[in-house]
Amino acid sequence: MSTDFEMVVGLEVHSQLLTRTKLFCRCENRFGALPNTLVCPVCLGHPGVLPVLNREAVRLGIRLGLALGCTVHAHSVFDRKHYFYPDLPKGYQISQYTHPLLTGGVLTVRSGEGLREIRLHRIHMEEDAGKNLHAGIRDASHVDLNRAGVPLLEIVSEPDIRTPEEAVDYLKKLRQILRAVGVSDGNMEEGSFRCDANISLRPNGTSAFGTKVEIKNMNSFRFVQKALVYEYERQASLLQRGERVVSETRLFDSSTGKTSTMRSKEEALDYRYFPEPDLPPLVIDSRWVQEERDRLPELPQERVRKLSEEMGIREPDAEVLLLEEDFFRYFEEARQELSALARAGSWPEAQGTSRLVSFLLSEVLREWNRKGVPVLSGELRPGEIAYLVAQVVEERLSLNQAKEVYALCVEELRSPKTVIREKNLSQESGEEKLGEWIGEVLAENPAEVQSYREGKDRVFGFLVGQVMKKSAGKAHPQKANRLLKDALGR
Amino acid sequence: MQLTREQVTHVARLASLSLTPEEEVHFAGELSHILDYVESLNRLKLPPPGLNVGDGEQGPTPLRDDTPRPSTPVDLALTNAPDHSGQFFRVPRILEEGR
Repeated sequence: MSTDFEMVVGLEVHSQLLTRTKLFCRCENRFGALPNTLVCPVCLGHPGVLPVLNREAVRLGIRLGLALGCTVHAHSVFDRKHYFYPDLPKGYQISQYTHPLLTGGVLTVRSGEGLREIRLHRIHMEEDAGKNLHAGIRDASHVDLNRAGVPLLEIVSEPDIRTPEEAVDYLKKLRQILRAVGVSDGNMEEGSFRCDANISLRPNGTSAFGTKVEIKNMNSFRFVQKALVYEYERQASLLQRGERVVSETRLFDSSTGKTSTMRSKEEALDYRYFPEPDLPPLVIDSRWVQEERDRLPELPQERVRKLSEEMGIREPDAEVLLLEEDFFRYFEEARQELSALARAGSWPEAQGTSRLVSFLLSEVLREWNRKGVPVLSGELRPGEIAYLVAQVVEERLSLNQAKEVYALCVEELRSPKTVIREKNLSQESGEEKLGEWIGEVLAENPAEVQSYREGKDRVFGFLVGQVMKKSAGKAHPQKANRLLKDALGR
Repeated sequence: MQLTREQVTHVARLASLSLTPEEEVHFAGELSHILDYVESLNRLKLPPPGLNVGDGEQGPTPLRDDTPRPSTPVDLALTNAPDHSGQFFRVPRILEEGR
């Protein structure tokens, strides 16, 4: 990336709420139903109907506000936002404009080695639009209004984000909180967590904002990262050539990794907002807010702190463990099994935990990311992972051997015990056996031994390699290293 | 308050209406009259708009329980649509995705 400019990013997230019904009518809020089977005169925008606000949607809004440290406003107002689009039957969307439910708040994200606070501008309630379908249809589009009227919270950050990595971490943390407090399932594939980004550039060391561009259509964390990197480069090269960035909305195309103009903002849309006459102001009793505060579960940040303090897990690692509740549960179960093995083998539990965490975050997480399966079915049971990690702690297997076993287990759906037995894997750390191999290697390679003794350090690696080869990969690497050094007498 | 023809064409565009030049002149006059009429409300001393809209006798917005009710049968839902295809509403092809 060019380094002359600083990236300035603000994110807008639309999160669908885990209610049973829509925001203003009693149609079910459910994904995947047959087209237009979850509609009624209210969400179809028929004349003469009246919206009635869903209490549960408001409750979830309050919960999110409390989890993010927002001000929960005792009074908020719904407004009509007007535009024409086939997925919007009323010709306006009921949203909140001048007086949103929540303002302020902050989300802490990881930035390089440190942490940064990203301020939240506002969070408001609104209804979702329906869905337009174009694929495979000539000269027409199809509209499914099952989603029309589904409750959303739109979470708008301040332009405090400075790198694509911070943007992705912001989204991950936000999604984690939404799930932790039961506000949303955060499912990106089904569209219950959608993100738009506003990005502008400014010369390093300056404080005025540049012209911003809005990017839409990024439906995975990876695409957000890619779109921001692409957009940064595009804007930077415009600015370097002395050209102007045009204020516009751009669409991200995941197949090319590029963004392209969707519409210019020169001809700014005029939404003609005005207060929704069919809905008096939303008034929230402070007792209600207190009740929700009392019922809030332990928040991810607090859990990270505890994991770190109680188990000595590094905070960044604890954050990854906690990103997916399923993953964390898996870790917890494996840790308990491992702690039983630690007691049986009388070795320190902490040693096992730290091995387990690094094994999960490298091997296991990689495997799941590769497969793209967030659920943990068909993989190794927590007890089996614990067994494998214990083999490493007890020096029966090297870490590389354990990784190999894991890969085979996943590939062939077999248990670690079976794989270890069939492959005859073990680790030799007995000094006698190691000494025997070392003796043979030294005898077989007099020239290399000579040149090492004359100061050619690089030869040492070769000799270690020979020992490992002779042992068929079974020699304990650190011990073999030490004994070889001793034998060479340097 | 006299609306200009530019203001009329702007409002017409927002409302997706196409007006003939004669209609533009006509509506510039007619809409101006309506605005003048509404303008008379400014003589009333009212609190600023926003939080107070809908307040008063109506009280706060009522809240309802989150209990589903059967939706409209799809055939009936599609009855009044100008066009439909299978279970979908059918509309002229949309060129621009998103909003």
